Amino acid sequence: MRVIAGGVACLALMIGWAGVPQPALADVQPVSMMLDGGPISATDPAPVQIDADVYIPEATPAPAILLAHGFGGSKEGTAEEAQTLAEAGFVVLAYTARGFGESTGSISMNSPDFEVADASALVDYLGSLASVSIESPGDPIVGVGGGSYGGALALLLAGYDERIDAVVADITWNDLETSLFAQSALDGVQPGVLKSLWTSLFFSSGLGLTPGAPVSECGRFTEQWCNAYVEAVTRGQVTPESAALMAASSPRSITDRITAPVLLTAGQSDSLFPLAQANANAEQIVNAPVKVVWHAGGHDGGIAETDRLRALSLAWFDQHLSSGPAVGDDFEISLVEASALSDRDPGTVEVLSAPTYPGLFGDATTEMAVAAPTQQVLAPAGGAPAAITSLPGAGGLASLAGDLLAVPLPGQTAGFFTEPLEQSMRIVGSSRARITVSSDRSMDDAVLFASLRVVGANGRQSLPQGLVAPIRIRDLGTEPVTLDVILPAVVTEVAAGDRLALVIATTDQGFRMPLGPAVYTIAAEGPVLLPTLEGSTATAGTPPWAWPIGAVVIVALVWLIVALLRPRDPGRDARPDLSQVPLATQDLAKEFKGGFRAVDGVTFQVPPGIVLGLLGPNGAGKTTTMRMAMGLIRPTSGDTWIFGEHVRPGAPVLARVGSFIEGPGFLPHLTGRQNLDLFWRASGRAQGDPHLDEVLEISGLGSAIDRRVRTYSQGMRQRLGIAQAMLGLPDLLVLDEPTNGLDPPQIREMRQVMHDYAASGKTVIVSSHLLSEVEQTCSHVVVMNHGHLIYSGTVVDLLAGRSGLSLEAVFLELVGDGHRVDQ
Amino acid sequence: MSMTTSSPYVARDTLTVRVELIRQLRRRRTLVAFGLAVALPLIVVAAVKLGPQSRGFGDGDLDLVGLATAGPWNFTLTMLLFSSGFLLTIIAAMFLGDTVASEASWSTLRYLLAAPVPRRRFLRAKMIVGLLLTAMTLVILVAVAFLIALLVFGSAPLTSPLGGAFDVSTSWQRLGIVTAYIGIQLLIPGGIAFLMSVLTDVPLGAVGAAVVIVIVLNILDAIDALGDLRRLLPTDYGNAWSGALGQQIAWDDMAIGASYALVTFAVLAGVAILRFDRKDILS
Repeated sequence: MRVIAGGVACLALMIGWAGVPQPALADVQPVSMMLDGGPISATDPAPVQIDADVYIPEATPAPAILLAHGFGGSKEGTAEEAQTLAEAGFVVLAYTARGFGESTGSISMNSPDFEVADASALVDYLGSLASVSIESPGDPIVGVGGGSYGGALALLLAGYDERIDAVVADITWNDLETSLFAQSALDGVQPGVLKSLWTSLFFSSGLGLTPGAPVSECGRFTEQWCNAYVEAVTRGQVTPESAALMAASSPRSITDRITAPVLLTAGQSDSLFPLAQANANAEQIVNAPVKVVWHAGGHDGGIAETDRLRALSLAWFDQHLSSGPAVGDDFEISLVEASALSDRDPGTVEVLSAPTYPGLFGDATTEMAVAAPTQQVLAPAGGAPAAITSLPGAGGLASLAGDLLAVPLPGQTAGFFTEPLEQSMRIVGSSRARITVSSDRSMDDAVLFASLRVVGANGRQSLPQGLVAPIRIRDLGTEPVTLDVILPAVVTEVAAGDRLALVIATTDQGFRMPLGPAVYTIAAEGPVLLPTLEGSTATAGTPPWAWPIGAVVIVALVWLIVALLRPRDPGRDARPDLSQVPLATQDLAKEFKGGFRAVDGVTFQVPPGIVLGLLGPNGAGKTTTMRMAMGLIRPTSGDTWIFGEHVRPGAPVLARVGSFIEGPGFLPHLTGRQNLDLFWRASGRAQGDPHLDEVLEISGLGSAIDRRVRTYSQGMRQRLGIAQAMLGLPDLLVLDEPTNGLDPPQIREMRQVMHDYAASGKTVIVSSHLLSEVEQTCSHVVVMNHGHLIYSGTVVDLLAGRSGLSLEAVFLELVGDGHRVDQ
Repeated sequence: MSMTTSSPYVARDTLTVRVELIRQLRRRRTLVAFGLAVALPLIVVAAVKLGPQSRGFGDGDLDLVGLATAGPWNFTLTMLLFSSGFLLTIIAAMFLGDTVASEASWSTLRYLLAAPVPRRRFLRAKMIVGLLLTAMTLVILVAVAFLIALLVFGSAPLTSPLGGAFDVSTSWQRLGIVTAYIGIQLLIPGGIAFLMSVLTDVPLGAVGAAVVIVIVLNILDAIDALGDLRRLLPTDYGNAWSGALGQQIAWDDMAIGASYALVTFAVLAGVAILRFDRKDILS
């Protein structure tokens, strides 16, 4: 048991060392209710009904947090985060925005008059709760958080409602128009290129279409938004009314009014609201502290850093609502390290930190020249086939994009390559390039997609985060137009030896493209400007060298434990008085598991220079006694001495004993001679003389000694086993059924061998079931039965007074009825 | 028959590593393991060169397998990737799993221990030789893979799947690190098998139990629902050597994995020693 306990302790130590996750706290159960929001519409002042869950923490009054969900979601989507925040001590109000789920009203895309008014009404409600801490009556201490649609709501609310004290906005927009109609040319025309796939996905997720329900064109959208959408996707246009709607729903309109500290987190893997949108928010919020995080997730999937972001927003609220410890205002960037073993593996994230947020263009710029041959590309009629870069909404599939792009569409792509990098480089932000473009026809809208790709040593291209920069050029003719292109902001490490490529393509299936064909002539002007950033590893965990040191300490500890637990043989001293006695036992007993006592209180001594027979029926305990004498089995109690030395496992005195117990044992793949040789060399007596010739003569194997043991008969193995026991001519020979499998002449020979052996002053203990054999060979016998010693003495004494009886008859008399001699 | 006194006994001369190595080297399973390590790279090269699509394999992939034919270092690393998951695991389990159990099944265990080979000395020789044979298999695999790839694919230095290429000395360094790391990771199946070998007298049982445990650990490791709990599994770090393939060596996971493997082996071997100390030898 001690051994097992030691092992368990070591394992526990090991597991504890690797870090055990903390158990979750008790759940805080929410209370669901319908709360009054803002007016239903411009013409109907009745309040909409907002479906909300309120979480009250254990200790109140406490600061409150308003949680807004993403587009197409509901309060259920934020329940887990609400739970976490409530457990951390905040009153949390998670609600479903108007037009979604159980809430009434129509979707107005975070309009200040409606969704923002709803949120303000919820802040009113929080201010009325006794469980919420307040600054002044009606002004609760309250933060607001959300992602995507909810993130924009959070920013807009902070702009319109001065009572907001902290904001967390994830993967959201700054300007809805530039998000959906992207334009990457500096000072390029607006609107840009419609992200048709994303826009359609976005809109359809707001339609609330469910199987079996009646379908409608506008679903739960307001009429204005529905019209704006139809206008955009059917004609690719933005009417003044649509532009005004989008502007009102954009944080851009109120960013200068925000005074509450804002945590802006943006996803690198986001072709809907790319890092540039978060960058615009960060640059425009000038009246409040801002912390910017570029994490590895986003609308395209990437690597979700949910746990880290939740911990960060909790810390942010904690600092600004509960005077918790300060969160560093450093810029945090997730660097995705791809897996070398599989490009299906999303890779791992390392978080870097820079003291200040440098914006889109890094804290330093590296110029790299590109080969600039003028190239012609085709914009195919109908805009198809189109390149596939990102797959909106595909999540994990997004990593596939890099692969798909490995094969650029021929004729539709112009590439401008740098020389191989001399040293590796970390690009953090938007690269910039200048290109000139002309068309083969006059005065037509042109759409191009620019990207920065990494080209490996084997020529394969990868597109960081699958992002492209769409460009729309109005009325492009044969006259070349020069454009400054701002490429997508990415975080990527480019290895030394790899090249970069500025790639201009004419198609991308995620966007609305002109239907007319055209051939464009494209040239790169000047170098590509690459943003770089000195970052340090932010999460300083355990340094790598600490692990091996810890391991060595634990290994040493295990070593120590094992050394300390070495089996002791306390108080079992040698018995010099028995130094001439080959074998002596004293009260020897062995109880096996289950309580079976195989040997029970056996005491006898074997005088030197004799052959002693060990007799007993099946199960008498003969073999167990022999094994205990050889240190193979530990006695439960009692002792054994060989030549006065106490026997324990591996006792050196065992070297004076040759044994043959329960059949021979050899390595079947080696010859008899090799077996004897290796056994002798393994026995620690190699400096002495094995007397190999004499032993081989006794074995009588002849030339078979050089055959593999695998080919031996039972009798040959038996003889080889006895030969092995006699190697080095030990002072005591213990033989268990040595004559099994031998023929009569060999048996007689064996009898002579034992006789001669004893005559030289050595001792032989032999167990045999052939009682006549024993009678002829042995001068002494030990008789056992049921684990008890029945007789120990000379054969002569045993037979004395039983005149005329054979040993067999006396034996049967001793062991009683119902027993037969070993067969 | 002349009779002399018994020979002098020296405990530290019992079952030396040299003798144990001789006893194990000529076994068929040893030769089979070595043969597999020689054959695997040859078979893969033959498949790549002679197969119906002999353009190489993993075309279009930006990972290690996709670059396997780039040169001898890349090919050798790919061989290590192929074999570290299962083949080398089984071989390590075999070499350490039948150490004690096979002696028990041959009935040689009782004769060696009664010789007497002290029990801890017996385990020491068994463990060292088991580890040595495992390491030899690994080295043979690496050497054969490298040489055949050098002949067939040329001598281009290591191309990283993460981008960039290395010079020759860095290629050797990275190959050395990966080989050493994989060797250390084999301590996990080896340790489990070694303990099993002490607990059972059936050699196949010990090897099989070790392999089954490793497979179960790998299955658990593949269950996403277990999340970060998987970081507690010693086998979670099996592929951490990919950290040696970037421009900068990412030591973190390798440090954890190697340490974890060392500790796992030490604990399992420690339990094996303590158990064997007190075991009644009934075989």
